Amino acid sequence: MSQLKKITFKLNGKEVSVEVAPRELLIHTLREKLMLTGSHIGCETSHCGACTVDLDGLSVKSCTVLAVQCDGSELLTVEGLEQGGVLHAVQQAFHEAHGLQCGFCTPGMVTRVYRLLKENPNPSEQEIRYGIAGNLCRCTGYQNIVKAVQLAAQRLATETA
Amino acid sequence: MITAQFDYHAPRTLPEALKLLGEFGDEAKLLAGGHSLLPMMKARFAEPAHLIDLGKIPELKGIAEMGGEIHIGVMTTEHELLNSALLAKKIPLLVEGVSQIADPQVRYKGTIGGDISHGDPGNDHPALMLALDASFVLRSARGERVVKAEGYFLGLYTTQIEPDEILTQIRLPMPAAGSGASYQKLKRKMGDFATAGAAVQMQTQGGKINQIRIALTNVAATVRRAHAAEATLMGKAIDASSMNDAARLAMGICEPMPDLRGDAAYKTAMCGEMTRRALMLAYQRAHKA
Repeated sequence: MSQLKKITFKLNGKEVSVEVAPRELLIHTLREKLMLTGSHIGCETSHCGACTVDLDGLSVKSCTVLAVQCDGSELLTVEGLEQGGVLHAVQQAFHEAHGLQCGFCTPGMVTRVYRLLKENPNPSEQEIRYGIAGNLCRCTGYQNIVKAVQLAAQRLATETA
Repeated sequence: MITAQFDYHAPRTLPEALKLLGEFGDEAKLLAGGHSLLPMMKARFAEPAHLIDLGKIPELKGIAEMGGEIHIGVMTTEHELLNSALLAKKIPLLVEGVSQIADPQVRYKGTIGGDISHGDPGNDHPALMLALDASFVLRSARGERVVKAEGYFLGLYTTQIEPDEILTQIRLPMPAAGSGASYQKLKRKMGDFATAGAAVQMQTQGGKINQIRIALTNVAATVRRAHAAEATLMGKAIDASSMNDAARLAMGICEPMPDLRGDAAYKTAMCGEMTRRALMLAYQRAHKA
């Protein structure tokens, strides 16, 4: 039982094939086999959100998704946000608004905020807090994280205007 | 944290899934959103030899109005329920309840069917289902049966579902005009299970209650319907006196397990408070309807 399965998915725009055991968690495949260590393992119990990645247009905690479930999917990790050496507006806003302290939660936060702003380009402060409730910051740096999200929303609005 | 080893199956149709379930029986577990099952498997509380993923079966998804009822496929996610214009209009209690479940990432993956099937008293859908007088469609190779939400939840992680059955659909009667509802849930933080919760769905006529269902979350080994509290409110308006009577009767059927969320007395008291708040809001909403 439990033989390796070959799965294929699109990861940050590139087709990737990898062999995984059925019990392998997506976060482990990403970090240990595909060497994308941007997504972090915080709690590994689906509470902290540090492992958040974008899976088929949804933010998911990759510690609570099996890699085999992602066969045929489209994945975006924090490594895929930067384009041609230019940070994504969300990354740039976290940098400028000091939306991070120790930085451990940041990849998950940024990836989650990327999706949040796609779904709701102009969120209220309350909507931002509700929208990032699945991501914990142990430094408790939420005030500046919220400011960073607001700044990113403004920037994205001017980009598309 | 790694689960024990298992074989993974991803059927594309319901008959295929039923066939696999028939083949593996007790050795298999059905995987819905995975946000209850996978954590339990990581902690080795569950060690199924086979995991049958229902996530690739399109017919198990979707929300539709059918002959005076709302039908919801079991693999419909909490996120989809929360953002359904149809539900917001027809069954606002469900949307209000879902908005208080877990966090965004969990709601993208977590499903209504998984929540119901798990049989965890901390889950919110059982109380919502009792308050809404839901029915569940269970399919097996033997055929199909439809069972009421009331009586479905038997105890801790135990429901009426048989090992060869798959819950495929939830059927909800649409509350009549003049209805009001509310789900009130006390939790320590976003994403937590309820310290205590109360779901109320009621109908009024001339300011008096003529139909009411009250169900309580996480105050016993399984969801509880507060029959005595309902009975005391029939034919009455909601005021301080009737509300307190109902809350006292609801507290009377609470048998919560003490844990980090509080001791039994505290949880019972909070269940009373959630009942009061849900009654007040549901009554105001029924008036406005």
